[in-house]
Amino acid sequence: MKAGLFILMFLGIASQAVADPEADRVAFEKFYKERLPGIEIAAHKDGAYALDAAKREQWLEIEDFPPYEIAVDEGESLFSVAFANGKSYTDCFANGGMGIKQTYPYFDLDRGEVITLELAINNCRDANDEAQLDYMGEEMGNISAYMAFTSRGNKFDIKVPEEAVEAYEQGKRFYYERRGQLDFACSSCHMDIVGGLLRAEILSASIGHATHWPTYRFKWEQIGGIQRRFLQCNEQVGAESLAQQSKAYRNLEYFLTYMNNGMELNGPASRR
Amino acid sequence: MRSVAQFQILLLILLVPGISTAVSPEQRIEMGKAIAFNRNAGNCLSCHVIADGELPGMIGPPLVQMKLRFPDRSALRSQIWEAAKRNPDTVMPPYGRHSILTEQEVDLVVDFIHSL
Repeated sequence: MKAGLFILMFLGIASQAVADPEADRVAFEKFYKERLPGIEIAAHKDGAYALDAAKREQWLEIEDFPPYEIAVDEGESLFSVAFANGKSYTDCFANGGMGIKQTYPYFDLDRGEVITLELAINNCRDANDEAQLDYMGEEMGNISAYMAFTSRGNKFDIKVPEEAVEAYEQGKRFYYERRGQLDFACSSCHMDIVGGLLRAEILSASIGHATHWPTYRFKWEQIGGIQRRFLQCNEQVGAESLAQQSKAYRNLEYFLTYMNNGMELNGPASRR
Repeated sequence: MRSVAQFQILLLILLVPGISTAVSPEQRIEMGKAIAFNRNAGNCLSCHVIADGELPGMIGPPLVQMKLRFPDRSALRSQIWEAAKRNPDTVMPPYGRHSILTEQEVDLVVDFIHSL
């Protein structure tokens, strides 16, 4: 009896030590369900606008004439232009690149690293002897906006194979680690005080943080990817901001997007 | 804008040697208030309701009856210097330990907050 109990305890400890992304995700979802009981998990795809009716009204009016519409149109033409070697983006992606964003980022077993959609776009250009695009530039924003647009309504289906556990864990650590002059972790604002008012801004839930990219931000006056937001968050808390598509940001995006598994993609979107 | 200019003038008064001794407790409270309200300094309003402050956040408790809550001024100072000392899970930035404010500025803010 005692031995059995001991073995059970041991198993309990052992299973805690082994990374279990799906258990993390279930706990993540449960956390927000309990913290914000009036809000359906699916509704968080609209970020802070899921949490405040008045702000949501204003936002819906903006979305009547979406500021990212031009980006999607231009992205479509850019996407269809052939490279100098006669090939095009469609040759680099599954299903010709249409409706595939729900599988990004993924862990590339051959390269041994996380590949985001933006990185895959530049890898495609590399492979076809085209110059890389600036990750903060308009062209990258437009192409990824078009690809996101064709993925609307699909649900995130991120996989973490055995080989990817370390990258996932690194992303998870980044999310919970305090940094910068203000000593904030991602989780400080988006878990500990989620739904709270920072001045007049409502702190959004991280469940839903991955669904709507790229996003036209009025603050940027431009469409940009999730990692641009990471950079801005780091700057806001007085922490070192990292390069776009750096390993740390890619791993963070991997973790965060896995936490959004099962949620509907609704990008591109607009945010203040 | 006006409050920033005011704040700079007050800070000048404090920093010029010889004049600092002439700063009254009321002036210190005013100076502390300017630092507390400044978005690029204390920015206390981003999380706390404070009398006279516009567009306050509501993350931390409203800053009222501070002498009742902190009879000991040094406990309040420690809270502003490094709130994690009392509560490791706090989201309040460590204003002193991370040099978000100078030691002098922390003391002025403590004077102001303690007066509420």
